[in-house]
Formats: sequence, structure tokens, C-alpha cells
Amino acid sequence: MNKTFKAAAVSAPAMLAATAPALAQSMDQKINDIFASSTGWFVSFIFSPFPGTSFPWIVAWLVVAATIFTIYFGLIQFRAFPHSISLVKGDYSDPNDAGEVSHFQALATALSGTVGLGNIAGVAVAVGIGGPGATFWMILAGLMGMASKFTECTLGVKYRNEYEDGTVSGGPMYYMTKGFAERNLPAGKFMAVLFSVFCILGSLGGGNMFQANQAHAQIANVVGDFPGWITGIVFAAIVFAVIIGGLKSIASVTEKVVPFMGVLYVLTALVILLMNANMIGWAFGQIFAGAFTGLGVAGGMVGALIQGFKRAAFSNEAGVGSAAIAHSAVRTKEPITEGFVSLLEPFIDTVVICTMTALVIIITGQLVSDPATGLYLLDEGGATIQTIDGNKGVALTSAAFSASFGWFKYVLAIAVILFAFSTMISWSYYGLKAWTFLFGEGHTKEIVFKVIFCIFVVIGASANLGPVIDFSDAAIFAMAVVNIVALYFLMPIVKRELDSYLSRLKSGEIKKFH
Amino acid sequence: MSNKIVVGYDSSDSTKATLDFAIGLAKSQGAAIVVAHVLEWSPYSFLTPDELEERHKRRGEELERAETAILAPIVKSLEKSGVKVTTALKYGGIADTLCDIVKAEGATQIVVGRTGSSGLSSRIFGSVAGTLAQISPVPVTIVP
Repeated sequence: MNKTFKAAAVSAPAMLAATAPALAQSMDQKINDIFASSTGWFVSFIFSPFPGTSFPWIVAWLVVAATIFTIYFGLIQFRAFPHSISLVKGDYSDPNDAGEVSHFQALATALSGTVGLGNIAGVAVAVGIGGPGATFWMILAGLMGMASKFTECTLGVKYRNEYEDGTVSGGPMYYMTKGFAERNLPAGKFMAVLFSVFCILGSLGGGNMFQANQAHAQIANVVGDFPGWITGIVFAAIVFAVIIGGLKSIASVTEKVVPFMGVLYVLTALVILLMNANMIGWAFGQIFAGAFTGLGVAGGMVGALIQGFKRAAFSNEAGVGSAAIAHSAVRTKEPITEGFVSLLEPFIDTVVICTMTALVIIITGQLVSDPATGLYLLDEGGATIQTIDGNKGVALTSAAFSASFGWFKYVLAIAVILFAFSTMISWSYYGLKAWTFLFGEGHTKEIVFKVIFCIFVVIGASANLGPVIDFSDAAIFAMAVVNIVALYFLMPIVKRELDSYLSRLKSGEIKKFH
Repeated sequence: MSNKIVVGYDSSDSTKATLDFAIGLAKSQGAAIVVAHVLEWSPYSFLTPDELEERHKRRGEELERAETAILAPIVKSLEKSGVKVTTALKYGGIADTLCDIVKAEGATQIVVGRTGSSGLSSRIFGSVAGTLAQISPVPVTIVP
């Protein structure tokens, strides 16, 4: 049975692609047109610039928030960094709690939801439009985002729901309702509903369509072009089997393979960097020069900054609120400890992995510059930088890695598919949590959401990259709009937890078990 | 201080011999037996979001099952033989956790069965009895 299914899945695309290419392409086009026209208004609202500038207000919103949290908690991301590592290692875990969700496990699961295509394809998009300088702003946004993540994950654990049967549900919708009620603030429920709506859209956008889209691009890159809806249907079938059919084995295999893929990716990037060690200084020179001059990219320095900030936020999701859902299952008496652990997430995701991708793209010379002026040459449209083979998105990353290791494009293809898949599984969970918050728990209600989720896999694989990326970004940033307002109102609670914890740590009341 | 013997118990076939040996030992030395069962667990394994959500509930179920299906029957049969019996049920790496139990109970020796695996798998993954022989703070008896 299983074998037949696999054979059918493989031969069906080939057959369809051979017999009806024209029909198939026009179907992709149709899906793309409908999708682009129906989401355009939402995208342009989220990304509308400040009047008279080209600077989107949403980017400022995220950066200002991260800066405020960084200052308010006194550079917590640097102060608490060593303590975060001890917590993840389990130094402070009570041995009698063995068998419960550990800090490491909560972090690993949250990471497998965020480490994914944002790190591979998203960075390529950022560098392809904003030039090497985008990397600088991306790293900065990653470092600042650690404070946002700290705030939201502490609240996520503090205000989670623990049910009688021992299961837990947490996330921004719970700290909005319970936290606001505790502080006697109005509109908590309203914000929770708004957040849940955006979370559902985000789970269908960035957590689903963008993943399906880039997974298809990667497969097409390896086996040759074929219509996207075919990939979409195969992917949708597998996702369906896992989230509706309860095929847990696929999900748990993915969960186990993804971390190894992540490590392999970083190691390969390191090897490529070492092979080109003499160019690392030059690459960082390009990154710094580009950060403040733009080196000829569209929009100059501001263009680089916007791309860097946007892709960092999209990749590490700091301030978005999704991580607060993932981290809330940890077993701890101190919610703040999960905040400490979660601040490692933007560090690993953005400061380490995204930077690796960017360096490899820059060092392998994928971006075309004018030898005379040192400025980057733009494509005909004037929006993106010319690349050697005209690649963009995940294909650009693939080309950069393959420049050193020809076989790596196959490894990357597998990695992209697995990353895409694990991100989809994580986001289907986030979306479902928001969905059940709105409509209540119940078998039928949950199935409805899961079916919708599978349909969007097909749409995402079929549409062009542009509209998909725009909608994905817009939906995820819309979550951040609501979430960050809540964080501003609730951050004094986090501060109180932090002060109390730090003083008890200092006095020795909280001690290491190992 | 009374004499205590920790018996590593995993309900496989070889443990019948292990228990018989431990009973004989306890009787001859006037010692009490601590039947220790370890649920294998690593805090560094990877779980899906659904598994995280249900972990606390599952842990409760696993502990209850181990208590009723594994430990309770063995305590009953040991009590029949007239030896004083207590139990210890923990999560963790098997060898390390058995050592922790030995320390916590103040036991003077430890008795475990041999799984009988040989060749490649035990070369790669090691065996509980072998590891225990290396790291145990008290004398170890390995029963074939």
C-alpha cells in the first residue's frame, strides 16, 4: 500500500507534466493571479511607508520594540547569555523532574519551527535585494530581537493554561487575556482575538505557503521545471497524513533529522568559509561598507537596512509571538528561565545560521559588481542585484554552496524539503492553537482548520515567489503589531520576575543541581 | 545502618535469575532489596510541538504503568520470599540513574542482569551492565 502510494506520487507528476504542460502552467498562473489580487490590499497596508519616505512603518515598529526591550531589561541578551547556556545544559534542572519537557527540548522544538527557509532562502532574498550590507542590519536585528523573544516567552510560560489532564496551552492569546485582566487593563480579549486571526493567516502564509513555494523551487532546481501545484499536492498529502491522519512517525522522524541537517548546513558553510579564509576580511568589509552606503543597491543604505531587518524578523520571529506558543510547554517553576533559554533562539537562528548563508553567498561571488566602481549592478527592473546565473531566493543559496561542492545542491534540496516540512508542522500547530482559541476545541473544528492548511500548501507551491513572500511577511508582521502592544503593557510583570529571580540566584536560593 | 542491595529490574527474561540471586544474597546477609526500574529518557531528545504539549500527561501515565504493571507484581512475589523490599522508579540514562539510586539509598551493592547482546550493537552503544561495571560507586554483580 505504502509502496504503491509512493510510486503513484512519483509517476503522477512526471506523467502530468509530460501530457499537459500548457494546461498546468496556466493553472499555476490562474492561482497566482487570484492570490495576488485578493491579498494585495493587506500587503500594501502592512508595508506602507512613513509619509514622504520609503521606510515601512512595520520595520520601525519591530526595531523600536526590540530596542526598548533591550534597554528596559538592561542588555539582558548579553548579561544572561552564560546563564541561558547553563539552563539549556540542565545545570539547574531538578533530577526529580526527569521525564518532563526540558529547557533543551522546548528550545529545540521552537528552533525547528524557526530555522528553515528563512535562513536559506530568506537570506538570499535579503542579500539579493539589499546587497551584503543587509547582513549587518540582519545581525543587529537578530541581537536586538533576543530581548523581544525573552519578553514574550517569559509571558508565554507565566500565563499558559494548564489543564487537569496535564496538557498545556500557551501563547500570546493567553497572556493577552490573563495578563491584561491581572493588570486591570481593558481590551485583552479583543487583542487576543485579533492576534489569533493574524496567527492563523501567518501560519497559512509564512508557515506554509512560503515553505511550499521554496520547497518546490528547490525540487525544480534539481530535477528540472514542472508545475508547482504538483509539488503542492504531494506535500499537502504528506502534511495531511501527519496532522489529520495522525502519522506521528513522519513528524518524529523529521524532528530528529532536521537538527542534523541544520548542523550539516552550518558545518558545510564553515568549510566553504575556511576554504576561502583569505576572503573573509573582504566579505566583512563589503558587509560594513554596504550597511552604510548601500554599494549601489536599490534604495541605498535604507534599502539594505529594510531588507536586513525584514528578513531577520521573518527568520527568527522575535516579537511575532509564535515562539511564546512553542516555549510554553516547558516544565519549570520559574517562567523567566524559559525567557532566558528562548533568547538563544534569535542568536542561533539569525546571528549564526543566517550570517553563514550570507557570507557564503558573498564570498563565492554570486552578486555581480562593476569592477571599476565596486558598486553592484542591478537587474533590468532595477530592484534586485544581478547574480551570475540570474538566481534568486533559494536557488541563489544553492548556487553559492554548489560553487564549492557540486553535490551540495542535492543535500540542500533534501534539507530545504525537511526544513520546509518541519516548519509547516510547527506552524500548523501554532495556527491550530489560535484557531481553537477562537472557535473552541473540538474534533470537527480542528479538522476544518487542518484541511484549510493543506489547501494552502497547494496554493503556496503554485503561486510565484513575489506575491507569496509579500503575503507571508505581511501576515507574520501583523501578528507582531498586536503582540508587541501587549508586550509593552505586560513588560513590568517580566521585570518583576526578572528582579526576583536574579536576586534569588545571587543569594544562592536558586542553585545548581549538577 | 542497614544493608541494602539495589536490583536493576527491566522485566526481561534474564531478570528472573537476577532476582533469585538477589533474594539469596539478601537472605544470607540480612539485607533489604531496592527494586529499581529506570524509564529511559534523555533531556536532549527532540520532540514535536504536540509531544511537548502532552509530555506532562504522558509522564504521569508512564509512571503509573511502570508502578502497577512492572513494580507491583515483583514486590508482591519478593515479599512472599520474606525479604524486605522497597522500590525506586526514575527517568534517565539507565546506568547513571542506577548509580544515583545507589547513592540516594545508601546501598552497598548492586545486582543487574545481562541483556546478552553481543557483537556490533553493544560495541557501538555499549551495554548497561558493562557501563555500570565501569562507573558504579559500589560492587556490581552481573547475573547471566
